[in-house]
Amino acid sequence: MADLDYKVIVGLEIHVHLATKTKIFCGCELAYGDTANTHVCPVCLGMPGSLPVMNKTALEYSILTGLALNCEIAKFTKWDRKSYYYPDLPKNYQISQYDLPFSEHGYIEIPLESGETKKIRILRAHLEEDAGKNTHTLGNFSAIDLNRAGTPLLEIVTEPDMNSAEEVGALARELQRIVRYLGVSEGDMQKGHMRFEPNINLHITKNGEVFKTPISEVKNLNSFRAVERSVAYEVRRQLAAFEETGVTMQMGNKATYGWDDDKQMTVLQREKEEAHDYRYFPDPDLVPVDIDDAWLGEIKGRLCELPIQMQVRFAKEYGLSDYDAGVLTADRATAEFFDGTVKLGADAKRVCNLLTQTGLKLANEKGVSVDQLRISMENLAKLAKMADGGDVSASAATTIFEEMAENGGDPAQIAEAKNLVQKSDAGEIEALVDAVLAENAKAVEDAKNNPKKGKKAMGFLMGQVMQKSKGQANPKIVSQLLNQKLNV
Amino acid sequence: METLKELRDDIAAGKTTSVAAVEAFFARIDQFEPTVGAYLSLCKERALEQAATVDAKIATGEAVGELAGVPVAVKDNMCTTFDATTCGSKILENFHAPYNAHVIEKLNAADAVIIGKCNMDEFAMGSSTENSGLKQTTNPWDASCVPGGSSGGSVAAVAAGLCAASLGSDTGGSIRQPASFCGVVGLKPTYGRISRYGLVAYGSSLDQIGPLTHNVTDAALMLNIIAGHDERDSTSVPEDVAPLKDYLAELEIPFEELKIATVPQLNEGADALVQKAVSEALAVYKSLGAEIVEIEMPHFDYAISAYYVIATAEASSNLARYDGVHYGHRTADPKDYIDVYSKSRDEAFGAEVKRRIMLGTYALSSGYYDAYYLKALKVRNLIRSDFTKAFEQADCLMLPVSPTTAFKIGEKTDDPLQMYLADVYTIAVNLAGVPGISIPAGFDENNLPIGLQIISEAFSEDKLLRIARMHEKETNWHTQKPNL
Repeated sequence: MADLDYKVIVGLEIHVHLATKTKIFCGCELAYGDTANTHVCPVCLGMPGSLPVMNKTALEYSILTGLALNCEIAKFTKWDRKSYYYPDLPKNYQISQYDLPFSEHGYIEIPLESGETKKIRILRAHLEEDAGKNTHTLGNFSAIDLNRAGTPLLEIVTEPDMNSAEEVGALARELQRIVRYLGVSEGDMQKGHMRFEPNINLHITKNGEVFKTPISEVKNLNSFRAVERSVAYEVRRQLAAFEETGVTMQMGNKATYGWDDDKQMTVLQREKEEAHDYRYFPDPDLVPVDIDDAWLGEIKGRLCELPIQMQVRFAKEYGLSDYDAGVLTADRATAEFFDGTVKLGADAKRVCNLLTQTGLKLANEKGVSVDQLRISMENLAKLAKMADGGDVSASAATTIFEEMAENGGDPAQIAEAKNLVQKSDAGEIEALVDAVLAENAKAVEDAKNNPKKGKKAMGFLMGQVMQKSKGQANPKIVSQLLNQKLNV
Repeated sequence: METLKELRDDIAAGKTTSVAAVEAFFARIDQFEPTVGAYLSLCKERALEQAATVDAKIATGEAVGELAGVPVAVKDNMCTTFDATTCGSKILENFHAPYNAHVIEKLNAADAVIIGKCNMDEFAMGSSTENSGLKQTTNPWDASCVPGGSSGGSVAAVAAGLCAASLGSDTGGSIRQPASFCGVVGLKPTYGRISRYGLVAYGSSLDQIGPLTHNVTDAALMLNIIAGHDERDSTSVPEDVAPLKDYLAELEIPFEELKIATVPQLNEGADALVQKAVSEALAVYKSLGAEIVEIEMPHFDYAISAYYVIATAEASSNLARYDGVHYGHRTADPKDYIDVYSKSRDEAFGAEVKRRIMLGTYALSSGYYDAYYLKALKVRNLIRSDFTKAFEQADCLMLPVSPTTAFKIGEKTDDPLQMYLADVYTIAVNLAGVPGISIPAGFDENNLPIGLQIISEAFSEDKLLRIARMHEKETNWHTQKPNL
């Protein structure tokens, strides 16, 4: 195996639940985890005589996502019926989009470990209705819950442009970040808001010849970890299978796998790709949709700066580490709050530290986003400037931040009230230093002449000065004065 | 026999009561329904309760709807929260809809009293009502003959005086052809004029609900009640695009300088007496000053072929939901879920429904789609343009409704193709989506009714009804009733 030179080829199909209030073709509320069959009506139950009516918001959310994925948006799109029999599909056809999807030909930029980004092409994105859920816990019977039936489902298909499990994971995470930024989906993996289906194969070079392994499709993955691990597992499995059998990609030998999370391995579901005939045809119950320039322009107006763009900008313009830039852009509220604060003239690194070390923790505890803490961008900028100017210490800044988060208020007033204003008056501090030096002859001696204890003694003296100042002396100035007076 | 409007006016004026009217119809039903077989379900108790409520309102001078207290019937493919909605099929024999169709809501809002639901060809597939999985309806003029179809029950109920008026649905002629066979007025409005919400779909792009009545005035009155936009049906046309009219308002005003298009070549395909009836009707219009223009409809011949691809393709998909899983008939002892599907469907669908599901499935199959479905859509466009051109030359088009009068029960059941040809004059109208009406225009040698079909451009029902009314005023075909 070790001597084989190979390239991993992965394309991804992603299903995203859109966070509309109601289902795609009826007025039923979207609900997760509620009592089975309580969010249903004649339309999503596929009752005789019922008719679908398009949820305009679902299409607008889809178009917005298409725009964020740099796709071309069709001027004319329509609905098609995809026929197959399955008990969780009440009409035995799914309303989907076949030959005229609302968007095609885009790309998504994903962050790489190196700090670079990579463009993965998007083949198409279309909108469809989700099916219900079958459960098999009733012995001879299966139970069907149709609460999910009719949930708007955005299907995004990439080109096979990913070359590692990490890239696949990065795309999945980036897409989650995008749909959350746009507010079109909660992207909650636990609730099944995003499902992934990677198509994986290898291009193996052996004796100067390139062999392509049969494609595996892994169905229905609903965690980032499962996506990455299933791809990594398939790479190993395909390599071993190739070594063993030499089998290569042919018409019809694409196989379908599931992911067994307990065994951490893919499990074969269907050996050969079945020749499904979905008998697509335009749904006569729905009218085609014209997406005119005015409407598209209105939707374009709802676009925001994309997370990857912000992340790159924060690293580049503000000199943050890739890690910090990533943390700050994990959600839109934090990113925009940070960006807004920095634009008020605060030091980026300082604001970053306050937000990532204290703000996110507090927000998380309260179950809100950082912008929902009781701190305005103006006050945060002011606090950052105070800390930078030495008016308050770093630890005092944290205390002030916590107080502001809890009760709001102006950082200067809080510093004053809590006696956290740092003293930087060299004369005042010098008096304290002199007093401490006079009272601690032993430590002074150690600091000056004992190489073993010097550092510790210095720390002790520093602590004494700080204590005398009730923590308000600027430690920088204290340290400078001590060094100067002890001549070390 | 009182017309819908007369009865409505009498009840409103206190000359009779709704309860009396309901009882009178049920007395006739008791007497004649065993022979006619128009109804799949009757709801006498509910009807009498409703009637009493309306009577009480009228007695106290409370405001009532436009059809207050009048007993009407609907085809059994319109969902109602009372009684079953069977579509004439064993697969829905015990299906009770949880909601009312849009037209049922409209009838309720008009305070009409629905007394029963009418027999039909299973899922509206047929031209004789012989395909009903539940019942045989006979022609009130001759019980050995079919009433036509698929709205055979709705038509027979009106013709036999078993309700004041009824609703049918028309996918390829299912209102007009039986209306012609039974001597009543049958209007298929423009596609999109009436909401299909709650109408169990056969061919979704062709289906349209319409009234079956004793005369043109009643048809206009019914249309007033049921027409209009409904946001639950995306294909129902907004009123700013196609404004609604009061169809009774100008009904009595003859259409001036009327130009009528005929297609002599097409008429030749009909029985001699049918041709004669059409000629006589044209003569009536000529006597009223109308001008007759002979035109060609070059693509009319392809209508049946295109229809049986499009309608069956849509049907194969629309009927997929009857699978024994969620509602309706389920096979007794299935091995697995595939068995639930195949056995339930095999046991409960009739032969014609299966035939059309197979035809449609085939037409949509990969590799055949372009040759059948796509080609049929192209033909449909050509037929539309035939009509557009026709209406550039004339105000309306007049044709036979059916090449024959009512045929014997069992006469065509072994030859589906012959049965399909019974719709040769009506099918193109559905493909084009334009409105068409069948009005009584004579009788054949066996005293079986003959209808005249008048067709006009989309959303011109007001004109269509006025033109029909001109003929009605000059003739008495519509006043002749079967001797039961």
